[in-house]
Amino acid sequence: MKISGKTWKFGDNIDTDVIIPARYLNTIDPKELASHCMEDADPAFANNVGQGDIIVGGANFGCGSSREHAPIAIKAAGVSCVVAEYFARIFYRNSFNMGLPIMECPDAAREADTGDTLSVDLATGVIVNETKGKTYQAGAVPPFMQELIDAGGLMAYTVKNAAG
Amino acid sequence: MGMTITEKIFAAHSGLEKVEPGELITCDVDIALGNDITAPLAIKAFEQAGADQVFDKERVALVPDHFAPNKDIASATQAKIMRRFAKDKGIRNYFEVGRMGIEHALLPEKGLTLPGDIIIGADSHTCTYGALGAFSTGIGSTDLAATMITGKIWFKTPETMKFVFNGRKKNRWITGKDLILYTIGKIGVSGALYRAMEFTGPMIDDATMDDRFALANMAVEAGAKNGIMKADDKTIRFIKSQESQPTREWTIYESDDDARYHSVHEYDGDDIELQVAFPHLPENTRPVGEAKDIRLDQVVVGSCTNGRYADLEVVAGLLKGNKVADGLRMIIIPATQLIYKQAMKNGLLDIFIDAGAAVSTPTCGPCLGGHMGILAEGEKCLATTNRNFVGRMGHPGSEVYLASPAVAAASAVTGVITDPEDVAGE
Ligand code: SF4
Repeated sequence: MKISGKTWKFGDNIDTDVIIPARYLNTIDPKELASHCMEDADPAFANNVGQGDIIVGGANFGCGSSREHAPIAIKAAGVSCVVAEYFARIFYRNSFNMGLPIMECPDAAREADTGDTLSVDLATGVIVNETKGKTYQAGAVPPFMQELIDAGGLMAYTVKNAAG
Repeated sequence: MGMTITEKIFAAHSGLEKVEPGELITCDVDIALGNDITAPLAIKAFEQAGADQVFDKERVALVPDHFAPNKDIASATQAKIMRRFAKDKGIRNYFEVGRMGIEHALLPEKGLTLPGDIIIGADSHTCTYGALGAFSTGIGSTDLAATMITGKIWFKTPETMKFVFNGRKKNRWITGKDLILYTIGKIGVSGALYRAMEFTGPMIDDATMDDRFALANMAVEAGAKNGIMKADDKTIRFIKSQESQPTREWTIYESDDDARYHSVHEYDGDDIELQVAFPHLPENTRPVGEAKDIRLDQVVVGSCTNGRYADLEVVAGLLKGNKVADGLRMIIIPATQLIYKQAMKNGLLDIFIDAGAAVSTPTCGPCLGGHMGILAEGEKCLATTNRNFVGRMGHPGSEVYLASPAVAAASAVTGVITDPEDVAGE
C-alpha cells in the first residue's frame, strides 16, 4: 500500500502525554481523543491536520505510558502514517496491534520539514520526500509484524488462531 | 552459553529448553492487569472479538486507580464499564474504591505477583514487579484483550543490560529512587530501549523491598521492556509478611555465570548523590546540590514509585515538628488502603496534617495530571512520581521535578528544593 501526505514534523522523545494528555483520557471515543491530538506540542495541530497527513517524529517517538489512546488519537485525527527515527517499545507494539502504519527511518525523519510531501510504500519501506526530491529505505517490517498486519491486527489474528 | 533471569522465565513459560535474544515466543501469562483508563478499551476489543469468558478468573486483575474515586462523569462511566465487566466475568481480583490502591503497590500486597511470574499489564509501570524477580511489562489495551481471551502473549526475547551497583549508599537518605534516576541520567530515556535491565550488586542486596520496587518501577523510563532482580530472602520474607498469601507456587531464577549480556554497567555508591530530574525528561538528572533554591508551588508524595510505607515514614521523620512552607501546597497520597491505615495507626497522618499537608485516599491522581493536585500555568512541583513530561501534572506550561520522598519532604518544609540533611540537621 502506498501512502502520500503532507508532513507534520515533531522533535525527539515525543511522549504519549504530549500525543494525548491524560486529562482527556476519561473517554475512549476516537473523535474526542483526536480533537486533542498533539495538543501540548502544537495546540493548533488537531484543527489543521488534514486527512492522510503524515507525522514525522525524531528519536524515541511514543515514549511514556502504555495508553492505546495515543495511536487511536493519531489515527482518528486522519494521520495515515508515522515516520520516526525510532519508536518507544509499547507505542511500536500498540501501533501494529491497532493497524496504524509506522516506519523507522532515521534519515527520512531527520531531513523532513513540516509541509514537505512524503510518499511511503508500506510494502517495500521506500519513503520519498517529494518536496526535497530524496528517496530513503526504511527498516523492513519484521515478519511477525507483517503477519499481524495481514491478519488485520492483533484481535483478528487472535480470533483466527483461536478458531484454528 | 547460559541464560539470564529474563531468558529463563521466558523459556519456562513457553515450554522451551532455551531462548535466545531476538527469538519470538508465545508465553503463558500468570497475571494480566488493567486499570480504569486502559481496561475499557480492552473490554471493547474483547467484546468485539466475540469472546465470552476470560481465560482464568483468578489471573485477571482490574484496579480503578487512575481517575478513581471518579473525578467526573466521563471517568465514572469508564469505571462503570470495568466494574460491570469484572462482575459479569466473575473476575476475582477486582478491587473497588475503598479496597483498592495504586495497582503496582496493591498487587504485591495481595499476593498476586510472584518470583518467576510473567505479568503483563495495560500500564507501562507494570515493570514494577521485576523487584520480586518476575518478568513484568507494560502492554497496550489490545494486547490485554487478547491475553484475557487466550492467557498467552507473544514477545520478542530481549537482550539484557546488566547494572551492577557496587559499594554502599553514600548517606542515609539515598534510596532506590536515586539509584534509578542516576541510571536513567547515565543511559538516557531510550538507553535500554527494547531491552531487559537486570539490577545486581551489593547495593541491591542491601536495598529494602520498597527501594527495589521504586527502582524496578522506573525501568520503563529508560525505554526498557522490563527491569528485574533476583529474588532473595528479603523477597520471600516480604511475600510471607503480606496480609494476602499467594495461592500459587513461585520459582526463583538466577542468571547463569556465563549468561550473555548486551552490556554491563558498573556504578559505585560513592558517586551516587541524591538525584533530582529536571523538566521535562527523567534523564535530566542532577545531584540535589545543583537543584537547590528552585522555588516550588507544590510537593507531591505518592504514586506507584514512592507511595509505600517506608516512603511515608521518611517524610514523617522530616516533617515532624516542622511546617509546610508558606506559599506551598503539600499533597501526600498513600499508595494503598493498607499503607494508609498503617500510617494512621502509627501516627504518620497526624504528623502530616499537623505540618499542614493534605492527605488523600489512594489514587494516581496528580501523578498523571488526572485530579487531586493539578498545576496551573507556570507552577513548579517536586514529586516523588516517575514522569516529568510536558503537561504531565497539569498545564503544559507547568514544571515537574522528580526526586525521592526525603528530598520532597525537606523541600516542602523550606519551599525550595532542599537536601534533607539541611532540614534534619536544623
Ligand atoms: S501512580 Fe502514576 S505512574 Fe503509577 S500507575 Fe498511577 S498514573 Fe501510572
